[in-house]
Amino acid sequence: MATTEEIRAQLAELVNDVAGVPVDDVQLDKSFVDDLDVDSLAMVEILVGCEEKFGVTIPDEESKNLKTVGDAVAYIEAHS
Amino acid sequence: MTEIVITGIGATTPLGGDMASTWAGMVAGTSGVHAITEEWAADLPVKIAAHVKVDPSELIDRVKARRLDRSTQLALIAAQQAWTDAGFDWEAGEGVDPHRLSVSVASGIGGLHSLLNNWDAQRDKGYRRVSPFTIPMLMANAPAANVGLAIHAKAGVHTPVSACASSNEAISLGLDLLRLGRADVAVVGGTEATIHPLPLAAFGQMQALSRRNDEPERASRPWDADRDGFVMGEGSAILVIESLEHARARGAKIYGTIAGAGITADSYDMVQPDPSGEGQSHAMQKALQDAGLSASDIRHVNAHGTSTPAGDMTEAHSIRTALGKAADNVVVTSTKSMTGHLLGGAGALETLATLMALRERIVPPTINLEHPEAGLDVDVAANVARPLPEGDLAALNNSFGFGGHNVAIAITNANATF
Repeated sequence: MATTEEIRAQLAELVNDVAGVPVDDVQLDKSFVDDLDVDSLAMVEILVGCEEKFGVTIPDEESKNLKTVGDAVAYIEAHS
Repeated sequence: MTEIVITGIGATTPLGGDMASTWAGMVAGTSGVHAITEEWAADLPVKIAAHVKVDPSELIDRVKARRLDRSTQLALIAAQQAWTDAGFDWEAGEGVDPHRLSVSVASGIGGLHSLLNNWDAQRDKGYRRVSPFTIPMLMANAPAANVGLAIHAKAGVHTPVSACASSNEAISLGLDLLRLGRADVAVVGGTEATIHPLPLAAFGQMQALSRRNDEPERASRPWDADRDGFVMGEGSAILVIESLEHARARGAKIYGTIAGAGITADSYDMVQPDPSGEGQSHAMQKALQDAGLSASDIRHVNAHGTSTPAGDMTEAHSIRTALGKAADNVVVTSTKSMTGHLLGGAGALETLATLMALRERIVPPTINLEHPEAGLDVDVAANVARPLPEGDLAALNNSFGFGGHNVAIAITNANATF
């Protein structure tokens, strides 16, 4: 089982790959939209990337609840 | 009528990453056609193409490129060059009152790589793997829309689509918008990026592509008796155009004049040109009329000349019909012998080649013209560049497209007094 920090670091790489956000900026308390300037279409790509990377399923209706990096990491920890 | 001048040029082509290097390659008679080395070409009947000399990945940021089809990437590269060349600031995305700035950038086919790559992903791995950017990447107006976004154009952003005549039609539309006073500046041109197994197979099935796979550089050979089809190219060419008055007021350098345009439709067949050449010759005559030129003013024609068995001779006949006896003083060439066929980018690239010919007073050669087809009744600059005389010069650039579209653009040198 990966640690919270390991999941955060892998997610940060994904966010960097899709949206060009520096990996060090992708911290648990950051909002994807308000802090990291990730737009809605990039967010879809990031969540699909999470499904691939962490072997989780993130239904479309769930994705709107994942507002911060911490929300996404917690979801992945709970469902992987 | 308001005179519309060219004040900025940009291109990325199989011969070079900008218009200067492309032009140098043309004058030197360089072929941009090469073997396709990727594995996917192994089973295809056509294994040659003319890729851009400078891959867009060298110039466009990786994250940005994820959201842009290759055709749009090429258009943005050419547009940035043209916009900067015209004396405007690309990074600031401004330079002209946005409400007086228009864009007309064509693509013949659209975001083909984005469409097909995402279908591959969906078929192989399911719908969740389809990029949410697929639609804004594949739509045919994506190159124009992205150029418009970059320079803040708000006076209308357009994408004329008429297959291989598309970018000449885009230039014609820009000319109309400026003449009608609907914009002060227009960014016009075209782009295409379709070197992919599907279009190569599809054009191949039409018997439209050369299969001279063992001699790529000799494959595109307009008017040669041994021609066997066109070579698919890719790239983009963009022009900044504005009224002479507007250009002078801001002290812009002036490359030449878009003197007129002529558009017709064959209404004969979906893919074969009308063998009478009526639609093609009428397009040339309408361009002359629109420009206030007579046939004897024309000294050069950059032909559509794709290297297909049917098309080349029909066009030569059409040039003779349109210009009559005056065609004796006209040097014809097909730069597609070197660049391959840029489809929706062809008209704009060849309009730039025509402009450069008038500026530099030299017509680039039609390479590989070893055995001219019997009955060729126009003077083609076979294999070596040909000088043009001193004094005012006018020229035509032809583009024709599947669907029977014919678009001729008339160009004159800067400060011409016809």
